[in-house]
Amino acid sequence: MAFDVEFVVSTLPAFVSAVGVTLQVGFIAIGTSLCVALINAAITAFSVPILRPLVRVYVELARNTPLLIQLFFIYFALPTLGIRISGFASAIIAMTFMGGAYLTEILRAGIDAVPKSQIESGLSIGLSRWQLLRHVILPQAGILSLPALFANFIFLLKETTVVSAVAVPEILYTTKSYIALYYKTYEMLAVMTGLCVLLFVPLSLLLRLIERRLQHGQFGS
Amino acid sequence: MSPLIELTRFSKNFGSVPVLQDVDLSVREGEVVVILGPSGCGKSTLLRCLNGLELGHAGQYCFAGQNLPANTDWRQVRQQIGMVFQSYHLFPHMTVLENILLGPLSVQKRTRVDAQQQAETLLSRVGLLDKRDTYPRELSGGQQQRIAIVRALCMNPRVMLFDEVTAALDPEMVKEVLEVILDLARSGMTLLIVTHEMAFARAVADRILFMDGGRIAEQSDPESFFSAPQTARAQQFLEKFSYVENMPKRKAS
Amino acid sequence: MASSGLELLWVSAPQLAQGIGRTLGISLLAIAFSSVGGVIYGVLRNLGVRWIDGVLLVYLELFRAIPVLVWLYLFFFGLPIFLGWSIPGFWCAVLVLSLWGASETGEVVRGALRSIPRGQREAGLAIGLGPLQLYGRVLLPQALRRMTPPLINVFTRLIKTSSLAVLIGVVDVIKIGQQIIERTYESVLIYGFLFVFFFLACYPLSAASRVLERRWNHS
Repeated sequence: MAFDVEFVVSTLPAFVSAVGVTLQVGFIAIGTSLCVALINAAITAFSVPILRPLVRVYVELARNTPLLIQLFFIYFALPTLGIRISGFASAIIAMTFMGGAYLTEILRAGIDAVPKSQIESGLSIGLSRWQLLRHVILPQAGILSLPALFANFIFLLKETTVVSAVAVPEILYTTKSYIALYYKTYEMLAVMTGLCVLLFVPLSLLLRLIERRLQHGQFGS
Repeated sequence: MSPLIELTRFSKNFGSVPVLQDVDLSVREGEVVVILGPSGCGKSTLLRCLNGLELGHAGQYCFAGQNLPANTDWRQVRQQIGMVFQSYHLFPHMTVLENILLGPLSVQKRTRVDAQQQAETLLSRVGLLDKRDTYPRELSGGQQQRIAIVRALCMNPRVMLFDEVTAALDPEMVKEVLEVILDLARSGMTLLIVTHEMAFARAVADRILFMDGGRIAEQSDPESFFSAPQTARAQQFLEKFSYVENMPKRKAS
Repeated sequence: MASSGLELLWVSAPQLAQGIGRTLGISLLAIAFSSVGGVIYGVLRNLGVRWIDGVLLVYLELFRAIPVLVWLYLFFFGLPIFLGWSIPGFWCAVLVLSLWGASETGEVVRGALRSIPRGQREAGLAIGLGPLQLYGRVLLPQALRRMTPPLINVFTRLIKTSSLAVLIGVVDVIKIGQQIIERTYESVLIYGFLFVFFFLACYPLSAASRVLERRWNHS
């Protein structure tokens, strides 16, 4: 089967920019999801009335529905209510909605895993609840959750392929467009696969490294 | 009368590290042998070789007159040798009674009526008959360990092996378990016990085995061993235990 | 306004039902195949044979590195080219989701078997259990309890990911919904319906998983 190398080379600039878009959408989504998760963690830790159960409702809604539906709702349904949002912005909002819920759960598990004795030690040296959260609980919860957080970051990066459905020019959308335009299906699929492997296998190996490092550093709990 | 358990020049390596070296051991029926020694001396490994959980690489192991090489069908042997572990390892998804009856019913194919009767008799003997339908997680460590002993006894073994069975228990529960073992010793059962409880060793043993570096360094009756240990290593070992018991007071009275 | 919305849903019910059948069909088939494949994977990896382990590891990493949607495209557009097979979208989706699901399920099974304390195996051997009895009466019952919550998690992910089938042209509930929107412009209603549909498909499972986890907590 012939492989049109010349053609592939000619598409490289487009793919480089596609990778850029993937990383852009991915990292912004990671950042915003993390912010949402931290706010939710604080709400839960301080047992803020009304907001706390709302956080639980949000988490259940976002974790039990597909990203695609969340995305379609924002991009296709909201305009009929007068709210018109670009593909890129819809992608960020939808991914934040979903990612925020996942990260909230991870942080919650991490905070629960911090031994009660730590909280008691902190309180007995006179820390306020806010100081306790900031200096004692969150750092330790962060380390405990690190593998799960990192795994979710990789997951969010992979989910960027879904936003190709609303014409965001990331890797999958670019591949589809070129296939539709030039019919070089074989070459384009190969490029797409190659890019995914190059992008995600190192991340996966990095995750294993983090998991192993943290296992050795754990003191018995 | 030929010995029940006989080890001749028995050795075992973990990879290239020798764990048991040229162990000669002979245990008669009805004897209570207590094995003492510092950690890493091979006492647990010795017990585990007796029921095939670990295998030696050299030497001979004879049980009830039969030679047991590494490729023995250990299933048959294990029905005659009962073992109780430090962490009891009761099956968490089964009730106490189910834990005890699994062996007799599935392995020995006894009738349920017969096995249950024995199980309940043994349970009352250790004072836990009322717990027969509870799950292990609802019981204390001492209770779980007593159940583990009953589970092993219900197979009607000829020998019982105890591997540091009180080491993981809270101090106030140690007594109830040791009492069960003492009771077994009085009833004439053959026991091999690995323990750190010195006073208990002194009270229950017919013979003390002191191990060091994978070898049996000293063997004698309890009175001789504790009052006048022969080897330097045994003396050092006993000194560490007497330190805690005879600690000097902090303040002069 | 509200009544016309519900009326529309009622009128479209037969078509929506067909779409739901497709979507759930993909999910349930994928769950079934994943379960079987997963048990095989989990047991095979536990055997400790080097080359089997290597092959399965490559399989796992490939499905983890390449996003499911990309796999869908690879199978849907690539198979006709490589093997001359033209598989309809529905079966493509079932195939891809089954392969992906099997690897995830397999890891759950493997993790569950490994997490059982070694002492359980020894205690079982010490009372004379043979290998079949050991697995059947002691190890697998405990593994099953540890497997169930993460397994339910994999299954809900399969249900949610089946939504991607619409992107390779499968006429599932999403596609039908979009067809209705083209006629009636009721996008908020329809996408809202789809949102609720998937929520109702997944939430009971995840809630049940939490209840089971609490009841079976034996540590």
